[in-house]
Formats: sequence, C-alpha cells, structure tokens
Amino acid sequence: MKTVNVSIVTPDGPVYNSEVEMVSTKAMSGELGILPGHVPMVAPLAIGAVRLQKDGNTDLVAVSGGFLEVRPDKVTILAQTAEKANEIDIDRAIEAKKRAEERLNQHNQSHVDFKRAELALRRAMNRLNVAQFK
Amino acid sequence: MASLREIKGRISSTKKTSQITKAMQMVSASKLSRAEENARSFVPYMEKIQEVVASVANGASDASHPMLKQRPVKKTGYIIITSDRGLAGAYNSNVIRKLNRDIQSRHQSKDEYGIIAIGRVGRDFFVSRGMNVVLDIVGVNDHPSFVEINAITKQAVGMFEDGTYDELFIYYTHYVSAIQHEVISQKVLPLNDIAPAGKHLSYEFEPSVEEILDVLLPQYAESIIFGSLLDSKASEHSSRMTAMKNATDNASELINSLTLTFNRARQAAITQEITEIVGGAAALE
Repeated sequence: MKTVNVSIVTPDGPVYNSEVEMVSTKAMSGELGILPGHVPMVAPLAIGAVRLQKDGNTDLVAVSGGFLEVRPDKVTILAQTAEKANEIDIDRAIEAKKRAEERLNQHNQSHVDFKRAELALRRAMNRLNVAQFK
Repeated sequence: MASLREIKGRISSTKKTSQITKAMQMVSASKLSRAEENARSFVPYMEKIQEVVASVANGASDASHPMLKQRPVKKTGYIIITSDRGLAGAYNSNVIRKLNRDIQSRHQSKDEYGIIAIGRVGRDFFVSRGMNVVLDIVGVNDHPSFVEINAITKQAVGMFEDGTYDELFIYYTHYVSAIQHEVISQKVLPLNDIAPAGKHLSYEFEPSVEEILDVLLPQYAESIIFGSLLDSKASEHSSRMTAMKNATDNASELINSLTLTFNRARQAAITQEITEIVGGAAALE
C-alpha cells in the first residue's frame, strides 16, 4: 500500500513523524481525508483530532490552532499544540474543562472572555476525547 | 600593612563570594543546555512555517493581506527582550544600548514609538528614562513554552493589526555560540520581505487564500517573536555563565594574593617577636 510521510511540528518540538496510509482531520471548512498523492494544498485546522491510519491501526493526535500543508509525498501539520493520545495529561484537561465551564456559566462577562472560555472548553474536550483512544 | 585579622577576614569573605558565583555558574550551565535544546527543537517548526508562508505568499500572486502591506509609518513598535535579573555581564546593556540609540536617532517625540519590554531590566531602564513603555512582561519562565507566551505575542501582533503601530521591530540577543552573542534588530511586521520559496508549488487553498493568510500570518509573526525569546534565553544563560566564571576566577586569584600577603605578615610578626625576645635577653646579660 502506498504511504505518505506525515510530520506534526509544534514550537516546542516535533511531535509525530511517520509513514501512514491515510490522514483524516477536521479543517475549518470541514472534514478532510488525505491519501498519498494528494494535490498540493494548504488549509487551516479546527481544534480536533488528527487520525493517522497505518497497518490497520489508527493513531490519534489532539491538535489545536494551526494548519495543514499537503504535498504529494508529504503532509506537514504545524500546530501551536499537539499531543499524542498517550501523552495527554487527563487530570489537567479535566481541570481546564471545569474552569471553562464555570466561566461560561457566569453571565456577566464580556464577549471576548466568553469566546476565550469557549475555545478553552473545546480544547479540553478534544484532549479528553483523544485520550480515550490510547 | 593590614593586620592579620583583617587579611583573614577578607580571605574568608572572598571565599564565600566565590562559592556563590561558582554555584551560579553551574546553575546557568545547566539552564543553558536546556535553553539550547529548546531553541534547537524550535528550528524545524520555524523552517517549516517560513517555507509555507513563502510559498503561499508567492504562489498566490493576488494575495493581499494587511500584514503584508507596508503602510505609511506614523508610529513604530519596538519589542525588546532582556533578562529579569542582572549579573549577566554585558548581556542586557548591549541590547538596551542598541535600541536606545536607534530610538534617539529615529524619533523626535514620545508619540512616535512605543516599547514592549519583555524582562525587568529593560523595562526598568526605559521607564526610569520616561520613555514610552506601553506593555511590559516580567517573570517569563526560564524555559518558556509556546502556550505560556502566547498571550504576549498575540497582544504584540494585535497592536499591529488594530493600527496602534504601523511597523514592529524586535531587538534581541542572538546566540551564536557559548562565547559569542550578537544583538539583532529584526523587522517583524509588516511581512513585506518574505524570501522567495525555493521550488514553486501551486497550492490549492481550502477554503480561500485570504482565510489561510488570516491564520498563517499571525502565527508566523508570533513564531518569530517566540523564536527570538528562545534565542535570547540561551544567550542570557550563557552570558551569565561566562560572567560568573570570570568572577570565580577573579576571586580565586584574589584569594591567592591575599594568602600570600597573609603569610608574609605572619612571618614578619614572628620574626619581630623573636627579635624582641633576643633583644630583651641580651639586655639582661
């Protein structure tokens, strides 16, 4: 089976680098599935999981804030944070989720704070979701 | 000549000082190796993002984005990265001197520029001279992670986007090697001198070039700032290490010469005592 090289890089260092058969992820414009030999493409990513299929297994990486660059033989994901399923700090994610929920429940706050809390909640939920698949 | 007690006191105080400087030197050495590693692990990200920005900006010739456009400069923003603590040799003074000189030569009044100071030493310097410090950040972790300093970089880039500044420069210390640093002034925004990409790939943009640039360019500018911070941290620790090593060396030199003086003084005292005894005995005969 044809494979494509995938690397996930963050400012704190490379997180993932391997040959996979298929990458699927959530871009801002919707779900994306990428097979080897895809047309060159750039797309911003939503907060979500990147699923990497290899030899019948699926690796999950939680990604937030970044974009995806596709070339026929190489996929690069540049994200602000990225964690593999087994590297996620579940306790911290639960804490973050609680904090975000509390903040969302306070009604008297500015639009910006609300937005920020919502994003934090989404990041925490994403981490927890991915962590289930380790 | 100073008394024996005095010399002894000086020797022991110098010894204590050298113990402290020695400890600081070793702390800095271990921090330096971490900082170097951080800076190194950031390189692949920076290279990649540069590559993508270059190919997107060049590939889509009709790309226009506020961050790519040079606009008439009414106000300039300067980011300066210094350390929170001193005792790092000329590390802080070099970068401060460069920025200070540039501001004095470029601007007539306080309204034409704003300083974003990262680090206590830089902030204190510019605040005490009554210069226009608009934002200051102190207490940055020795090994900052991108998430931690995200708020700083977002604010700095946001000030360009909302028109507070028409251009943004960053002043920091580039880590060349453990004994060589270089003060760098770099233009962060607008991004109008992006190096052309090596090979031309025509990308498909999902959903559109504008939306991609909206995500990509702020992230790129933020990465430049983050990269400079990592670079500066490595320089800071290595300057402090060198400064402390020099201090330790000087202290041990001082201890040697004081010990010599001490021994001479002691010998002189003994000789004098003997002379007195002999003289006294001779007088009795």
